[in-house]
Order: sequence, then structure tokens, then C-alpha cells
Amino acid sequence: MISAHLPALQVVIPLLAAPACVVVRQSTLTWLLALLVSWISFAIALTLLVQTFFNGPMSYELGGWAAPLGIEYAVDVVNAFVLVIVSGVSSVVLISAKESIERETHIKRTHLVYTGWLLCLTGLLGITITGDVFNVFVFLEIASLSSYLLVSLGPDRRALTAAFQYLVMGTIGATFILIGVGLLYMMTGTLNMADLAQRIPGVAQTTTVRAGFAFLVLGISLKAAVFPLHYWLPNAYTFAPSAVTAFMAGSATKVSIYLLLRFFFDIFSETFSLRTMRLDLILLILGVIAIFSMSLVAIYQSNVKRMLAYSSVAQVGYMVIGISLATTTGLTAGIVHLFNHALMKCALFLALGCIVFRLNSVDLKDLAGVGRRMPWTMAAFVIGGLSLIGVPATVGFISKWYLVLAALERDWWWLAFMVVASSLLAVIYIWRVVETAYFKTGPVANTEEAPLILLVPTWVLIVANIYFGVSAVDTISFATRAADQLLSTF
Amino acid sequence: MTTIGLFNYWIVFVLMMSGLYIVIVSTNLIKKIIGLNIFQTSVFILYISIGKVSGGTAPILVDGITLYSNPLPHVLILTAIVVGVATTALGLAIVVRIHSAFNSIDEEEIYTTSD
Amino acid sequence: MSVEGALLLTVLLPLLGAILIALSDSRPNIRETITLATAVVLFLIVLQLLGHDTGSIELVIATPLPQLSLSLYTEPLGLLFATVASGLWIITSIYSIGYMRGNNEQNQTRFYVFFAISISATMGVALSANLFTLFVFYEILTLSTYPLVTHKGTEEAKQGGRVYLGLLLSTSIGFLLVAMVWTWHVAGHLDFTVGGILQDKIDPGFLPLLLALYLFGIGKAALMPFHRWLPAAMVAPTPVSALLHAVAVVKAGVFAVLKVTVYIFGLDFLHNTGANKWLMWMAAITVILASVVALTKDNLKARLAYSTVSQLGYIVLGAMLVNSMAIVGGGMHIATHALGKITLFFCAGAIYVATHKTNISEMDGLGRSMPVTYTAMLIGSLSIIGLPLTGGLWSKWYLALGAVAAEQWAMLAVFMVSSLLNVAYLLIIPIRGFFFSQPRSGETSVIKEAPFASVLALSLTALGCIAMFFFAQPLYEMMVDIFER
Repeated sequence: MISAHLPALQVVIPLLAAPACVVVRQSTLTWLLALLVSWISFAIALTLLVQTFFNGPMSYELGGWAAPLGIEYAVDVVNAFVLVIVSGVSSVVLISAKESIERETHIKRTHLVYTGWLLCLTGLLGITITGDVFNVFVFLEIASLSSYLLVSLGPDRRALTAAFQYLVMGTIGATFILIGVGLLYMMTGTLNMADLAQRIPGVAQTTTVRAGFAFLVLGISLKAAVFPLHYWLPNAYTFAPSAVTAFMAGSATKVSIYLLLRFFFDIFSETFSLRTMRLDLILLILGVIAIFSMSLVAIYQSNVKRMLAYSSVAQVGYMVIGISLATTTGLTAGIVHLFNHALMKCALFLALGCIVFRLNSVDLKDLAGVGRRMPWTMAAFVIGGLSLIGVPATVGFISKWYLVLAALERDWWWLAFMVVASSLLAVIYIWRVVETAYFKTGPVANTEEAPLILLVPTWVLIVANIYFGVSAVDTISFATRAADQLLSTF
Repeated sequence: MTTIGLFNYWIVFVLMMSGLYIVIVSTNLIKKIIGLNIFQTSVFILYISIGKVSGGTAPILVDGITLYSNPLPHVLILTAIVVGVATTALGLAIVVRIHSAFNSIDEEEIYTTSD
Repeated sequence: MSVEGALLLTVLLPLLGAILIALSDSRPNIRETITLATAVVLFLIVLQLLGHDTGSIELVIATPLPQLSLSLYTEPLGLLFATVASGLWIITSIYSIGYMRGNNEQNQTRFYVFFAISISATMGVALSANLFTLFVFYEILTLSTYPLVTHKGTEEAKQGGRVYLGLLLSTSIGFLLVAMVWTWHVAGHLDFTVGGILQDKIDPGFLPLLLALYLFGIGKAALMPFHRWLPAAMVAPTPVSALLHAVAVVKAGVFAVLKVTVYIFGLDFLHNTGANKWLMWMAAITVILASVVALTKDNLKARLAYSTVSQLGYIVLGAMLVNSMAIVGGGMHIATHALGKITLFFCAGAIYVATHKTNISEMDGLGRSMPVTYTAMLIGSLSIIGLPLTGGLWSKWYLALGAVAAEQWAMLAVFMVSSLLNVAYLLIIPIRGFFFSQPRSGETSVIKEAPFASVLALSLTALGCIAMFFFAQPLYEMMVDIFER
């Protein structure tokens, strides 16, 4: 029965397709293969989400070895939701990737982009689906190594230094995770998440477990670009090929945030990670600093891609704040923002991809007057930007709504006001672009609208931004289920 | 904890810190990678130390021996070593490309020429 | 047509119009015919809804979150607002044709498209069945009027647009959103309900804060100190200032204030807790201060803008008096001030088209060259001041009665003083026009009335001001209906 093997297929199919890309080498064929595989993954993820939502969590024993000795793939609503986000983002972005990547990458290397892409997809899906902490590390490294590769394939030579910087930081983060896993294994003798959750309370007071926890949190936070561990992100996002940036913005940090959730609430208990270790306070403070400082930094960027990259760090701040509240509403806000932010950032980066395709630049000054020459692209950018600001009838509004609600539930007035005040900073940086694009007259170059194959995916995501903004009942019910499940004991 | 056990962890600590120090301080990209390697090696030693059971022998089934060291961390660290090799390879590959693009592998020189 | 269908059409029709207008780019005649036809059909649909005032019919468009829906319904205050806005859209469309062509403005298609979208958003605000829906359309209104404000694309227009968008978005997201989430949190829903939804749900000690969040959050009501966007918006072409910044946008603000006061807080609840007191004073200060500022402005549109700020203060003040009389007065003032102020703006625009003059000090003696325009301006001023034979009398009458009923004598005095100030800063303009002599008589022969379409429009609205005096009865009954349901 094939449906019983879906959790394994979710990871194995892209993993097998990656080397096939290297063998095929031909640009269009590899693209088609990657596209096909990505959409199959998306379909599997959707099936898994529906199954877990109605039938409860499912467990898959890899190779037939029973947990806790064997590696278990454990799918529940939380990670099924993330699987859908990751594979969905990959599938939509891949549609536009062909034209965009052929423009930005040397033709001899395009097949490497798709190879790296599929490996990265494998890694991200693997991190999400696995129920084994060492397996997390392995998949994390698969995802990381392939994303270093993807970043280094960017058009500018500075992509290389960005990739190197990312490699150094990422390896330190991953090694931290490895140390953390080792220390946990030392005290509990297991690597299975469910087993860990049962055994940790007995040894939670030991320094070893606490040190392990600290290493894990640091390592994962680095991968999630939680302020102030975001140093690698702006360069990586700025210099990677546009399609890769869109993919990474919609998936990589999201998976890391998911991992943080998993460790905080399932493996360690909420009481341990947030109360005993005081992470609620630490995360809250870091989150608040992030949403303000990073938005301010974004305002002063002249490169629009870099501006959005800083905005991403700020947005991670919102998720972190939601997590730090540790209530159902707070977690719902965090999880739903995971999804919503993937939608909006991905749409924005795709729109930038269209602009790069025609202008070969994302410098603010080169965007003068582009609103008239590329009306559809800029309209998409504006709507995506409004979503980022949190204007009603977009997904950004739903996130803001829940975050403010969560703050009010705790009677934290100042937080509610900080959240809305910081989103006003987004108005400034988005509007700098809007004003330049529409009200400055640029060179009368013969720029025309981006080709349809780039525009359609962008607009698919824009429509999704609006659709899930006016009908968020489903996303909210998934997110609430996930939050409830995380808060209940494993 | 026996002295020999603690000794292992001291080594891990020293290696880890020297590795990190090299990564942070040196501007030569190759040296950075070497630092990264030392840093990772410290973790390998950590894992190997974890697996050691006092008085236990190598985990090979032999009659008359009941106490074995735990083989699992050793197996895990094999995976981690493979990952480390892959990272180093990729890192060096990027350095080669950086060298051809910037004509330098010194971080400071690269940043002054790249703008 | 069913009421639900009509409700949906009021929002969709202008959008459809916008699409058709966009498609008819570069064929001005077709474009403007579409605008006019859309406006007329929209008005007829709204009129039909007036006949159907059942109050209980609600149309749910979408449900973004549990207990939070996008829905429309019919309610007297909203119908009044919708009627005024859609009716004046017809006249403004006529006027715009004359104005935009007379001035050879750029990007006219964009202008008409966003104008239609703004009207759609206004209809949404007027007919919204809950606070969330109102908020959604309120924000759409802000965003869709932004390109109209910056229409000229000059540095000044961009600057004005920045202030406009910055203030309106920051108040609505910064305060209104928080207030809404808070209300939702304590009351569980946001439906407009007769008698309010907050009674017994919230600690009365927090009430003044919540009310302040609402009143300042609804930045379109231009309560000081968040009024700066309105003068800034005056860089827009005059038809925009006339319909949007004297009628649709600003009235959306005070309309929201009235709705929140009546249907979210409930008059009795507010009255019993006294949460309204300090905000009443804020409104009073706005009324007086804005009038004083208006006195100092020489630019005609700037003076009119501050006059609007002051008049909006009346309505907010009426809402804060929390009795039915004042609310009736406030509701009526939405209609009468709309007619009066749009007339004045039309006149300002007509003068600009005919003479390219914007400062009052340069307009001496113009009344003799432009008699129709100046007569209309006189009528409009009288109506805003609230003198007999114009509709403005009635709304001010009921507002004053409201102050008496609330036994707020200071507020009554505010109404009186402010009306005197109105005389000083408004009536002086037609007086200078008619009785002062022109600085250089040589130019007299050159100046003629503005294009026919513009003059027709301003005559119509001026007549409307007078008609309102004689036919105020239906308006009053409609407003009273709020409290009889």
C-alpha cells in the first residue's frame, strides 16, 4: 500500500532525483524533473496534512526498525503543516525558476542549481518529518550544504563570499546542534524525540542537559536567523539567484523555527524551556529588539533585496515573540505567521525576480519609474508589501491580529502597541520603493513587462496572500490545532 | 567521573575554543576552514568519549565479556565526520572560486576590492 | 433585485466601473461616459436600498476568522452616508470632466480608476455590518485615495502623500487595530448591535482608554492632533478634495465614530460611565482651534480643509454628547456639511480653472466676473455656518439641542463661538468677491466662468443646500429610526 509509505517517499523522492539532475545535465530537462518532483512532494505533503488532521499523528519506521532503536518518521499536524509550506513554496517558485535562473546563472551550471534545490528540499522536508534528533542534524546539514551551493551560484561575484560566510556560520550552528544532541544522548541514552521527551524530566536539573539545551537553542536560532544570530542572512539573500532567495525566504528559516518549536514544547517541556531557562523573557526581548532594529536597518538599505532580507529577520522576530508568549493564541500567532510570512516574502522576492530579469538590478535608484513599465510586477510588489505591513484583507493582517490578541490576553499592552508600531516601520521601507517606482521618472529604456512564466507564479502567491487573508478560518484552525498539540504533553 | 574522563572533556574544550578562535580571528579563508575543522574535531572526540563505558571493551561479541562500550556514538560520529568532510570540500571549492574571482583569499582584501 | 444582491452590487459596481474605465484608456469620451453611467446606476441601487430599509438583512461575503466576517447590511446611518456619497459622485463626475479637461491634467485614466475604487470602498464602509468590515474598507479607502492625492507627482504632492498615508495608516494600525482586537477579545464579536456590545464586558475604568483608541485611531475623523493629513491632502486635484476630502473619506471617519459610539459602546453605557467626558473636550478644542487656524490661512483650499477639520469636530463632539438628539444632529451634519463643503470646493476649483488663483487675497472682486460661482459659494458658506434657508441650520440645531439635553452648556457655547468664527473665515470670501475691487482692472475682461460642466455641478450642489432646508423631514426621520429599532 503506497499511502503507508508516504512519509518516506516525501524525503526519498527528491533525494533520488537530485543525482539524476547531475546525470541529465541538460538545463530544461533538469528543470522539468525538479518541477515534477517538487509537485509530487507537495501532493504528498497535502495528503499527509489531511490524514493527520483527521486521523491523528502517524508514525513510520524507516527500514522496518522499530523506534526507539530505528529511525522514526513522526508526522503530526505541526510538521505536516510545515511540510506543506516548504514543498508548496518550492513548487510555485520552481515554475518561474527556469527563466530567472537561466538569466542569472551560467548555462553550464544551471543543472547544479536544480540539484542543489532538490537536495535542499530533501533536507528541509527531512528535518521536518523526522522523529529522531540525530537525523535532524543529518538533514540539516544536507539542507545547509546545498543552500551554500545555491547561494554561491548567484550572478554577482560577492555571492561567493556570501556563501562562504554562510558556510562558516552555518557549520558552527550545525555543530552546536550536534553537541547539544550529544549531551542529551549522554544523559538519556536515546535519540528518539518521543523517548527523549519522557526521559528528560528525570534529568532536567543536571548541568549537562541544560548545557545541551543551550547549544541546541543557539544552533537552531542561528539557522533560523533569530536576532542577533542573523548575520549571515542579509548577504546570502542578497546575492543568491532571485529564485533561490524566494525559495529560501519561504522555507529555510521556517523549518528552523519549526525545529525550535519542536524542541521547546515537545522534547523539552514548555515549563523547562520557557520558565526554568527563562527563554520566554530572553526571546521576548530579542524579538522586540529584532522587529524594531531590523525594520529600521531595512529602511536605510539601498538594495531592495537586502532591504527585504532585513525585513525577514524582523519578521522572524514576530514569530519568536509569539512563541515566547507560550499561550495557545501566542503559538497560533507564531505558527500562522510562519505560513503567512512564507507567502508574502516569497511573493515579494518573486516580484523582485521579475525586476532583476528585466533591469538586472534591484538597486532602489534603478527602480525609478518601473511602476509604469512593469505594471503587473509592481502591482504584485505593492500588494505583497501591504501584506507585509499588515493591511486588512491580506495574510499579514491575520498574523498581526493574532499576535496583538495574544499580547492582550496576557494584558501586555506595551507589547500590543510595539507590534503595531513596528509594522508601521514596514510602511516606510515599502513606501520608499513604491514612491521610487511610481513617482520618479526613470530612463526611457525599452523595458517591458516580465514574461508570463515569471508573472504567473508571483501572482499565484499574491492571490494566495489575499485569499488566505479574507478566509483564514482553515489556516487558523490548523495553527490552533498545532499550538494545542505543542502545548499538551507529548 | 574519573580523571581520565575529565581529561577528555578538557581536550574537547580546548580544541573547540581554539577552533572557534581561528575561525573568528584569521582573515585567511583557508585558515578559517582549518579552524572550522578543528572545531568539528572537538565534537567528534566528545562523541567518542560519550561512548566509553568504564571498564568496557570494544563492542565485538566475544564469549565471557559482558561489558561493552556503547557503539552508537561512534556510529553517529562517522556520519558527522562524513558531513565534516563534505563541508570542508564545499568550503575549499568556494575558496577556489573566490580566488579566481577576487584574486585573493584574504577576507580583508576581498572586502576592500569588492565594493 | 434582492436586497442582498443590491448590497453586493453597491460595492462591486464601482469596481466593475474601474475595470471598464481602465480598459477604455485613451478614449476619454467612452471613459467618462462609463464613469457617469456607473455613478448613476450606483445611485439608483442605493435609492432602491433606501426603500428596503428592513435593517435585518445581512450579506456575508467572507469569513476570515471565526466570529469575524466581512458582511454588509442596511442601517439608516449607513444608508444616509451611502446616498450622500453616491449622489454626490454623479455631480462630482460631471464636475471632474470639466475640471480635468480644463486643466489638461495628466494620467486622467488612473485618476478615474482610483476614484471609482475609492467610491467602492466608501460604499463598503457605509454598509458594513461589523467593525471589521468597516476597518477593511476604511483601509482600502486610504490606499485607493493615495494615488489621487499624489496625482500631480510633484515633490510637493509626494510630500503630501507621505503625510496622508503615514498619518492615516499609523493611526488606524497603531490605535484602531488594537482597539478592535481588544473589543473582540472582551466581547467575542464585532457586530454592530443596537445598544452596544461592551456593556458588562469590560472594566469601566478602561473605557476612556478604549474610547480614546477608537477616536484617535479613526484618523479620518481628523481629531486633533491627528488632523495634519487633511490639509496635506489638498495637493490633490480639486474634484478629489471635493468628493473625497469633504465627503467620502472624512465622512467615513466621523461615520465610523458615530457607528462605534452607538453600536459598539452604546449611548447608555457611555453615558453611565462618563468615559466620554474628556474626549468631548478634545473634540471641542478641535472645533475651536481648527476654526482659528482656518482664519489664518490665505490659500483657499487650505482654509476649507481646516474648516472641514472643525466641522468634523462638530460631529465627533455630537457623538461624545452621547444622547440621541446629538447623534441625530451628527448624522444630519454628515449630509448637510457634505453638500455645503463640496459646493465650496467646487467653487475653489472653478476659480482655479478660470483664473489659476489659489489665494483668497488675490480673489478680490472676482464675484463680478464669476457671478454663478460666487453665488454658489455664498450659499455653501451660509449652509456651513448654519443660517436659515440652508440645510446646515437643521443639523446645527439638533447638535445644539443635544448639548442642551446633555446639559453641557460649555459645549453649547463652543457651537456658538465656532459658528461665529465660521462667519469670519467663510463669509468673508464671497464678500471680498462681490464687494472688494479688483487690484488690476485690466484683467477683468479675460476672466470668465469655468467650463459649463463645472458650473453646472456647483449650481446643483448649491441648490441642494437650499433644498435641504425645506426637505429636512425625511432626513430627520431616517436618523431617528436608529433609535427606534
